[in-house]
Amino acid sequence: MAAEKIHIIEGRALPLRGEDMDTDRIMPARFLKSITFEGLDTHVFEDDRLEARRSGRVHPFDEQKYQGASILVANRNFGAGSSREHAPQGLRRWGIRAIVAESFAEIFFGNSLMIGLVCVTASPSDVEKLMSLVERDPIAVLKVELKAALCQAPGLTIPVSIPDHVRDTLMTGAWDTTGLLLDNYEQVNAVAAELPYLSGF
Amino acid sequence: MGKTLLQKVWDLHKVRTLPTGPTQLFIGLHLIHEVTTPQAFDALRQRGLRVARPDRTFATVDHIVPTRQRQRPFLDVMAEDMIASLEHNCREFGIPLYDIGDDRQGIVHVIGPELGLTQPGMTIACGDSHTSTHGAFGAVAFGIGTSQVRDVLASQCIAIEPLKVRRIRVVGRLARGVYAKDVILTVIQRLGIGGGNGYAYEYAGDAIERMSMDERMTVCNMSIEGGARVGYVNPDETTFKYIEGRPFAPQGDAFERAKTWWRSMASDVDAVYEDEMEIRAAELTPVVTWGVNPGQSIGIDGKVPIAAGADQRSIADALAYMGLRAGQPIAGMKVDVAFIGSCTNGRLSDLREAARIVRAQRVANGVKALVVPGSVSVQRAAEREGLDVTFRDAGFEWRDAGCSMCLGMNPDKLEGNQVCAASSNRNFKGRQGSPTGRTLLMSPAMVAAAAIAGEVTDVREMLDDVPAGVR
Repeated sequence: MAAEKIHIIEGRALPLRGEDMDTDRIMPARFLKSITFEGLDTHVFEDDRLEARRSGRVHPFDEQKYQGASILVANRNFGAGSSREHAPQGLRRWGIRAIVAESFAEIFFGNSLMIGLVCVTASPSDVEKLMSLVERDPIAVLKVELKAALCQAPGLTIPVSIPDHVRDTLMTGAWDTTGLLLDNYEQVNAVAAELPYLSGF
Repeated sequence: MGKTLLQKVWDLHKVRTLPTGPTQLFIGLHLIHEVTTPQAFDALRQRGLRVARPDRTFATVDHIVPTRQRQRPFLDVMAEDMIASLEHNCREFGIPLYDIGDDRQGIVHVIGPELGLTQPGMTIACGDSHTSTHGAFGAVAFGIGTSQVRDVLASQCIAIEPLKVRRIRVVGRLARGVYAKDVILTVIQRLGIGGGNGYAYEYAGDAIERMSMDERMTVCNMSIEGGARVGYVNPDETTFKYIEGRPFAPQGDAFERAKTWWRSMASDVDAVYEDEMEIRAAELTPVVTWGVNPGQSIGIDGKVPIAAGADQRSIADALAYMGLRAGQPIAGMKVDVAFIGSCTNGRLSDLREAARIVRAQRVANGVKALVVPGSVSVQRAAEREGLDVTFRDAGFEWRDAGCSMCLGMNPDKLEGNQVCAASSNRNFKGRQGSPTGRTLLMSPAMVAAAAIAGEVTDVREMLDDVPAGVR
């Protein structure tokens, strides 16, 4: 299935401070009790947002100034924990199209790629610069450019990292892999035929 | 130059290098459950695709099932919807389903090994991050997301980047009262919860070799909590003995041939690793988490940290959430709930060890304590030994099999800011079903001890009063 070719993500940003943001926080398990991904956008970080409200703070996802943002800026090991794709699905449906973080947990990173949600990494100091800039100037438009591996903001350009194959996958629209895996299926059958445990040893 | 088990399994299952770079890897066994598959089946229908290998796909229900009052339809309408959807999908695509009421139902990572489906040298995938459990058998087992579940259903393959291998050697003997859970919590504490990103963890050393399959599964299960998507132990006689005679195990001559092949898949003695670390088993004590991720743990004799250094912000945040004072000892922290179960520690040997602690004791006043066996098979075996009576006599609730309070997707949830001593795998904020619930991860024996004492306590002191254990 041909998917969208992704080269540049441009839009306002939302800074979300904190290390090891796990997928239970991004999408609490009770919202996985559904047979579709519809409506997950409304539950992104639901418990953290409630907790913030209770203690008189405003969670970034509730801040008026960050509504409509499409680039999430985060710290270390974003998306740790559960393999629930509901986490990136919820963020994507909320409107996030790219995440710039210090680092990502592996399964979250892979799940994001599968749905065309761009994940790139930047150094801790550059992430801090980006967060401060957005906090000062929430209407600033950021631009994540995959080919150049850069994130640009007014008066700030930082290098970002993305594995070559991930960048190529996004830029060629090959991130929906089902079709690719079904090509040359005789090759798959040939591999299966050689496996001792599929042929009675 | 020798090869690791990971490299051997990878080479054998590799279909090709995809034009974009990753490997197309054949998946030998696909395990599915009710929570991460409905959207994948819908995608198949939308694209007019079939399930490529229904003969290599097995389903059960675990995440949302109630652990009592299991008559259908479930009281929870959404849970009923999910299970009905899985039943429909399995019928439509010809996939065997071990449903509620089936003696083979249970947590997917408990029943795979029990049925003999999980075998050395295989690639295994499941839409659940704790799929790493199956690595205990020398399989390479991945947790995947729903889009990848769709890919595996459609093609029996995934697109994945090769992994590096870090060998973690655990040498020497564990002291009495120190368990596999303490080993893996120590690994995660030392390497960090993101330390395993990009790696498979190979667990080796004489302490691992002496472990039973149940213990090896506990270790491999929590690899993902250290960021490693895959964890494994090289197969040996302990592995083969466990598999022999199980329903899906090879029989007779085929079993002998299988053993020869399985042995050949183990890492070579001259295999090269991208990284290595060593843990001295004798130095370990029972471990308890104090924070909001599985890397935030200390020995039972320890004190919770003071917010300082590079992680100051995270530590302060975790202490505030947990209601702990910087520098306070973890022993003595009051608990409201004790939960024994999960894919990490819901197997028969876990229940036996916990039962030794609670025998002829009483759960402390005000503590809600429950045991949720990992599978119907574990439940029945425990009942044959009278463990259910031991637990009930002590004041524990004895439930039916499922994931239960590990993630609170069924009616078993923490309430308010209750503190739970848990034998499960995650202490994330809100993990056990209450947005402000607090989780302390520890071994099942330590949970049993906490239930009796009403507070976090050193199980080694209680073990002095009961007959010697397996080691």
